[in-house]
Formats: sequence, C-alpha cells, structure tokens
Amino acid sequence: MQIIPVPGTLDASAVDHLIRELAKNPEEKVLFDARHLRWVDPGGIIGLLAVGTVTRDRQGTPPRLQLMDGADVTTYLARMRFFEAAEAVFDLDIRHPRRSWSSSDVLLEITSISTNSDVHAVVDRVQQQAGAILSKTLSYPASAVVQFSVILSEVCQNVIEHAEAPGWVAAQSYMWTKRLGRQVLILHVADVGKGFRGSLADTHAGRFGDRWGDATALEAAFIHGLTRFPDSGRGQGIQQIRKQVRRWEGGISIRSGTARISDVPKWDDTLPMEDNLPYFPGAQIHIVLPARIPGDA
Amino acid sequence: MLEFAVDPISIDVGHLVRRNLASLYSSLVTRPTGQAVRMAIENVLSEEGGELCLSVIDLSHVTVMDFSCADEVVAKLLLRFLENDRPRNVFFVFRGVRDLHRGPMEVVLERQSLAAVCEAGSGAFHLIGAASTQEAELWGILERRRRIDPSEAARLNKKGDAREALEGLVSRRLAFRNPLTGGYHALSDLLGDRA
Repeated sequence: MQIIPVPGTLDASAVDHLIRELAKNPEEKVLFDARHLRWVDPGGIIGLLAVGTVTRDRQGTPPRLQLMDGADVTTYLARMRFFEAAEAVFDLDIRHPRRSWSSSDVLLEITSISTNSDVHAVVDRVQQQAGAILSKTLSYPASAVVQFSVILSEVCQNVIEHAEAPGWVAAQSYMWTKRLGRQVLILHVADVGKGFRGSLADTHAGRFGDRWGDATALEAAFIHGLTRFPDSGRGQGIQQIRKQVRRWEGGISIRSGTARISDVPKWDDTLPMEDNLPYFPGAQIHIVLPARIPGDA
Repeated sequence: MLEFAVDPISIDVGHLVRRNLASLYSSLVTRPTGQAVRMAIENVLSEEGGELCLSVIDLSHVTVMDFSCADEVVAKLLLRFLENDRPRNVFFVFRGVRDLHRGPMEVVLERQSLAAVCEAGSGAFHLIGAASTQEAELWGILERRRRIDPSEAARLNKKGDAREALEGLVSRRLAFRNPLTGGYHALSDLLGDRA
C-alpha cells in the first residue's frame, strides 16, 4: 500500500503534492495519512475529496483516509460537512465527529453540485449568510452579497455545463495574518470531469493545431471567453467573474489538467500561467477575496 | 390618447420563476432557469390576443440575476422579437430594474448589440445597453416629451432631420411609431395610466 502523507497545511496549492504523489504508483492501494493535518481551507478540503474520488474511480475501491481523532482540524472538517461527502469517497477510520453548528466564519459548507437545483440551493443559502461575512468581516458594501451570489452561481454552473461530472463548492473566511495581514474569503469549486481541454476540444482544438493543450484551453476560456457552445451569449460568466474579483482586488485561478491560469492581484506573487503540473482531471476554480482596507475607494 | 390598441401585458418574472419551477426562490440564476422563464414569457405573449403588444417584464421581486439568466430572459427574449419571423409584434419594458439587475443586463445587451428600456424603482425610465450617443440623446428627448409629431421630428435635430434616427429607435423596438399618425411615442407613453 502506498502511504501518501497529507501536508500539515492543506490549501489549494498543497493539493498538487497529493496529486504528484498519487501519480507515482497509480495502481497501488492508497492510504492518505492526514494525522499531521493542522490547517485546511476550502481548496484543501475539496482537493482532498477530488484526489480521493480520482483514486477510488481508478482503483475501484475507496482509498483509506487517516485523521487524528479529536484534533481541532477534525472538528473543523465536521463543521464543514466534510465527512458527509467523504463517506462516499474514502474508507474512513475515524468516527463521525459531532458537527458544531456555531460557525460564523463558514459561509458555505462543502456542498455537492450536480444539478441546477443545487446551484439554486447554494445561492439561496449564501444570500442568507453572506451579508455578515461580506459586510462586517470584509467591509464590502451591502450590494456585494448579490455580486458574490452571481459569482457563485456562475462558477457552480461551470461544473454542470462543462464537467459532465459532479463537483463540490465551499467558502470560508480566514485571517491571513502572515501573507496579507487581512481577512480573506476563500471560495473553491472543483470537479473531476472533462476539464477545459476536454470541454473545448471538439470546437476549438483544430485552430490551435500542435499548440492545443491544457494551457491553451485555459487561455481560450479565461482570457478570450471561448466556450464549446456556438451561441454568442455564452462565455460571459468567467469574464464577468474576473472583472468583479479584480474590483475587489482579489485573485482567481483555474487549474485544469496540467495547467493553472491566474489573475494575480498586486499582493500575490503567483505566476499568471503554470504549465506541466502533475495531471489532474476536471477543473478547480479558486477565488480569494481580501477585506477592504478602511479608506479604500 | 392613442387611436389604436396596444395591449399592455405585465409579466412578473419573480412570480414566473416560482410558478414554472415550482419553487419558492426568486433568484434568477442558471441558464435552464432563464430558458424556462423566457419560454414562459413567450407562451404568455403567444396566448394573448391582439396584433401589437407592450410587454412589461417586472423584475421587482427578483433578488439575484446572474449573467446566464440575463442572457436568456433579456437578450434572447429581445432577439427573438427583433427577428423578421417574430411570433408577434411586441415591445418590451423592463420594470423594477435595480443595480443588481442592471449590471448583468447591460453586459448581455452590449454583447449582443442590443438596448432595452427600463423603468427603475423610482418610476424613471432609462435606456441601457448598446446605444450610440445620438441614439441615447434622441431617446432621452423622446422620453421627456413622451411623443413627437412627424413634422416636429423633421426639425428636432440641429444637424438635420431626426426622422431617420427615430426610425432607427423604432426598428430597435426602443420607441413606437403610430401607424395612423406617423408620430413617435416613448414606450413609457404607451404604458400611460395603465402602468
């Protein structure tokens, strides 16, 4: 059995470590050792579910996941409803911790997205809860609740329209003390479906010739708004999400296949395009919205 | 008074969403929802009698509108009734338009080179979407005056005859030309007291 240690801090970028390890022995049974996990964000939680799902589907049997019983992070995972989703993915050797209901910083627990009704449910739930986090925690104007709901709706629809596979969404606010010295809201949506290259290949691969790949597919959708649909009304979602995230001085990245494309805010030093990453199916959209500094326009 | 019949049809989109999707939400999100609402609007319009119709699309109760829905309920709806084989002669006014609707609406309208007449919560009418400066100015004049006679139109524009530009607004369904008098009406004028 291959034992893959889960990093102590698991965010969207640390999930690449799991993907890389998984690629070393793809046929071997896997145990994800998360006993040293201390901190995880929506990108990390959903990333873990996605990696587990790919492992399960590849091997026909759920991989094992070891967590530290009674640890704070385990309680947090319960609060984020990780275990409800993980039951179908992992062979868990931990009892379901009781879920704490008082979670003022959790905007949206792990929620499966597979139908349009799921998107409606998510948008309705967020509208009820987002006001406090967006206005009090991030100092955004009251209108931000609607704009955030639109972002959420568009990113979740991306799963349904392009992935042809289920996905997950989650959102949570954190204090990024070291990195930014500010509160941030992290929204992560991921699926393990066709990915951007797969979705766009039939309609757009030809014109790119040898250059066609995950990076060019991401550029086509992210920069140029191309979609697989001939309808000229399509392809606006990502463009408008990027605009709104920029207005809030946030960052957005999409990882798909072997590439990651990002709109990099001035406070970040991520590369705008990363290629030759370890392959992972589907698409993973990561959005970071920082709190406004008092006095900002 | 108008000397001919323009049937006003008021369509509450918030109600349509609830009625057609058997749910309590008034969030206009996801493309299938937008498609269902657009088809419901088209059905309502096809069931009503009369050659000419002014349709008031009421967004007052819509709390969220995403870009996919705006594309279906606004852009595609307008496109359908601009086509030569349109099912009916319909003019549209969007009512109860707030900033939360206006952003997505403007994006989808501009993308399709469309414009629309909107009534804000205050009761003021606005032209949004893709319109040239000349079109916007002329539409503003018509909206303030509510109607312009053909003779007046000929000397309205300092640069010359404004009739051609007014006809442009009519062909874009942003204004109405009375087939009997040839006068031009703001869509708000067609609503009259029946609004």
